Amino acid sequence: MTRLGRWVGKHLMITLGLLVLLYMYIPNFIVALMSFNDASQSRNLYQFQGFTWDNWLNPCDPLGMCESLRVSISIGLAATLVSTIIGTLAAFALVRHRFEGRSTMNLVLFLPMATPEIVMGSSLLALFVAAGFGGQLGFWTILIAHIMFCISFVVVTVRSRLGGLDSNLEKAAMDLYADEWQTFWRITFPLVFPGILAAALLAFSLSFDDFIITNFTSGQTVTFPMFVWGAAQRGVPMQVNVIGTLMFLVALGAVIGGEVMSRRRARGRVRAAS
Amino acid sequence: MASLQRVFGKNAAYLLIGPAAIWLALFFLFPMLSLLTTSLSDPAGNPITGYDLTWRIQNYLEALGDYWPYLLRSLLYAGIATVLCLVLGYVLAYAIAFKAGRWKTVMLVLVIAPFFTSFLVRTLSWKLILADNGWLVETLKALWILPEDGRLLATPIAVVAGLTYNFLPFMILPLYTSLEKIDPKLNEAAADLYASPFQRFAKVIWPLSLPGVVGGTLLTFIPATGDYINAELLGSPNTQMVGNKIQALFTTASDYPHASALSVILMVMIVAMVLYYVRKAGTEDLL
Repeated sequence: MTRLGRWVGKHLMITLGLLVLLYMYIPNFIVALMSFNDASQSRNLYQFQGFTWDNWLNPCDPLGMCESLRVSISIGLAATLVSTIIGTLAAFALVRHRFEGRSTMNLVLFLPMATPEIVMGSSLLALFVAAGFGGQLGFWTILIAHIMFCISFVVVTVRSRLGGLDSNLEKAAMDLYADEWQTFWRITFPLVFPGILAAALLAFSLSFDDFIITNFTSGQTVTFPMFVWGAAQRGVPMQVNVIGTLMFLVALGAVIGGEVMSRRRARGRVRAAS
Repeated sequence: MASLQRVFGKNAAYLLIGPAAIWLALFFLFPMLSLLTTSLSDPAGNPITGYDLTWRIQNYLEALGDYWPYLLRSLLYAGIATVLCLVLGYVLAYAIAFKAGRWKTVMLVLVIAPFFTSFLVRTLSWKLILADNGWLVETLKALWILPEDGRLLATPIAVVAGLTYNFLPFMILPLYTSLEKIDPKLNEAAADLYASPFQRFAKVIWPLSLPGVVGGTLLTFIPATGDYINAELLGSPNTQMVGNKIQALFTTASDYPHASALSVILMVMIVAMVLYYVRKAGTEDLL
């Protein structure tokens, strides 16, 4: 009985865990499969009809899809840039400085993460309308909204990296006659950089994928999620699945590539040291 | 940063925090105020010309009277989805933290990776999985789990399943962070003292993972309550949540005052529940 118990304890959890992981991947399998679906003969777009390369060869066929993709990427990049800079500065202030209003600021940064998107989206719409911008919703109002909800996530990510930093490294640099700027750029910044990069990646994926807040602030501008939403009413073109699969592969490649590179660099550093 | 301190003195911190503070004040706090005033305005206006603030409290009573079933349904669906996420997420987070060994990082990446495919696209694929003539429905019918004319799509089951799927990673990550900090030796010590596996879980692992449980349930429950994507794509008119109603009032009905009132009600309800829950769980340092 105890041996059986031990076996169960050892393998049951990992088996169950892998099953949960598998469940999380079912939609991705379906999306990848449907990207090869030949839907030209049928109107039933929620069934696999036959295999074709066409969707992959002509990804921009559906009217407006690639345009919406370009809008999403531009907004994503701009929102990432601005929110990463603003958020990183704020993280430095919160970790390295004691100032009046610090706990209030912590609360203000926490709130957007604890507010349902629909409340934030509708409140922004209420503001834009009250301020007389109701007729000018578009690229800029979407960008403003995206920067707003990305800032908190950037601060949290960079802050956790900065908080775990050994401040003795900076003190050592100062002891070796580095001035403050040298210490910052040679020691602090390189050590925090992985955190900033992770924050930027998170900000981009949040912005690129956002639908609810965008829906309230977009006016006539169509982002990729807005395109998918609009298309879902009529039947989604199969090329949407191509983009979905492509995004997944690019992101996975970037994460794996980054991991391999940081490992190689670490190995190089060990070799240089010895 | 210290040089900034030298140049700007005590104000360095305010220079650093300033941009974030201003942005959030202008585009988070100020809109909330705007939502509040809109919710108290006269509905007899339109989005182009704006609404007159007449302190019309009736908006709240009318919104509550008309839409309370949607609020209840949102809380119910989000609550069930949160419990399901907790069970599924705990299993996976536990497996990664204690059983994955050198595969830990790989499994963590695998948890996040699916979410790079647009979530609307992934949610739409559930439509295919749950479809009336799909293999899942056919199998369940063959096993007599589902009646002959039964269906999954456009039922509350589909909406709850969609919510559970979409918010699962928000549960897994905080749970993992908590579980990973637990020293496995504590578990071994309990085993040495003749605690059964169940006792070890109930008396050692579970209490120590509580911060993750609280964080994860909040991160799942809050967005799930406000969600309307799953109800719209996978549900039917009978499974609409409060988010659907708010969205429809804003976009199709252009009734901003009642929509704003409903938004404020949702927000107040969530804040009240979160505060009560966090206090009850005794982890106020989370905020």
